[in-house]
Amino acid sequence: MPQNQEFFNRRLHSLLGVIPVGVFLIQHFIINHFAVYGASSFNAAAHFMESLPFRYALEIFVIFLPLLYHAIYGLYIAFLGKSNTRRYGFFRNIMFMLQRVTGVFLVIFIAWHVWETRVAAAFGADVNYDMMADILSSPFMLVFYIAGVLAATFHFANGLWSFAVSWGLTVTPRSQKIMTYVSITVFLVLSYIGIRAIIAFLDPALANM
Amino acid sequence: MSEQKTVRFIVTRQDSPDASPYTEEFEIPHRENMNVISALMEIRRNPVTVDGKDSAPVVWDMNCLEEVCGACSMVINGKPRQSCTALVDQLDQPIRLEPMKTFPVVRDLVVDRSRMFDSLKKVKAWIPIDGTYDLGPGPRMAENKRQWAYELSKCMTCGVCLEACPNVNSKSDFIGPAPVSQVRLFNAHPTGEMNREDRLNALMGDGGLSNCGNSQNCVQACPKGIPLTTSIAALNRDMTMQSFKNFFGSDKL
Repeated sequence: MPQNQEFFNRRLHSLLGVIPVGVFLIQHFIINHFAVYGASSFNAAAHFMESLPFRYALEIFVIFLPLLYHAIYGLYIAFLGKSNTRRYGFFRNIMFMLQRVTGVFLVIFIAWHVWETRVAAAFGADVNYDMMADILSSPFMLVFYIAGVLAATFHFANGLWSFAVSWGLTVTPRSQKIMTYVSITVFLVLSYIGIRAIIAFLDPALANM
Repeated sequence: MSEQKTVRFIVTRQDSPDASPYTEEFEIPHRENMNVISALMEIRRNPVTVDGKDSAPVVWDMNCLEEVCGACSMVINGKPRQSCTALVDQLDQPIRLEPMKTFPVVRDLVVDRSRMFDSLKKVKAWIPIDGTYDLGPGPRMAENKRQWAYELSKCMTCGVCLEACPNVNSKSDFIGPAPVSQVRLFNAHPTGEMNREDRLNALMGDGGLSNCGNSQNCVQACPKGIPLTTSIAALNRDMTMQSFKNFFGSDKL
């Protein structure tokens, strides 16, 4: 039998991007969205997540390890390809290129984001509304975070589309087209939730609620 | 008499597989209904560049001259296609001719497409019918299925889909779209189906289908309009099922 390490690695990469990384992304955005109802509401939701049982096991096996694998193997995939959108400017080819660009950007963004929040928390910082409001008060960080949110929602939505093709869920051109519309909807809805939460951290009225 | 119309060509040339490429410009008299091959023949007749420099005749590959063999594929004005059906009157001038650099360049416009033929061997893109005795007629194929299979059988291994693919390059050993679609063709055949598992396992192996990045350039570029991305997705589905069978075992039915 031929070696099929590559097949396993690619399919694992595709699966982990949706479950658990994609599911975690949605959960993270929904918790963030509590900021829209005020600081105390967000802090309560964040505290609830922090006090989940088996917190470290959940963090390691549902977030860090899958994310790390997806990031590292994803970088390998991204640099294996040779983008040619200038010669072939088709919609799917541009999506192919953007998937890789957002992926590489997200490795940088998420590394910074984890350092600033979760690693800071491990050294005793309090992850709460004020921490985020403080971070986002810098215009550069605000732009960086908005770009990070949009890159993440795009990468997830478009990743869902290629997940469906890679596992053979959508075979026909029509089914792939319908999946394109589904992924556009996912992108718009998640972007709305994510951006709305960011804006909530900028509102001084919400900080005292 | 009006002035003689001419056609200008900018040809990417390379003297040997290891030499570095350079371009040369040629100008030839225009003829009615000229294709790129007849223009190359004209250049061969008198290989003098526009600067008046004597040059060697341009080397290219060709065979059938009716877009069924795939040998004369090259990149014409940025688009990989067959030079036999590239009509000069339909092209913007100067016409740029380059080899399909995804493949190793042998000389000028000639490339070595061996990797595709090796891939066809790897995935067993044929139907074994030889035995030590007469096996009799095979099972019949439904007419609607035959018509469907005919579309996939139009593949001429020209290499245009591999040239257009961002994941087929010197850094990656991705098999490319053309051999994948042939697996689908032979797996769909009533007799070919008997070797279905061998072909799927070959595609699941390293340097198989796994590295497809779904840019879908192949289906846009294919000169024969073969539904390559449908074949890829269908085989992804078959490979998913086959991997479960390989892992959990199967009762082979």
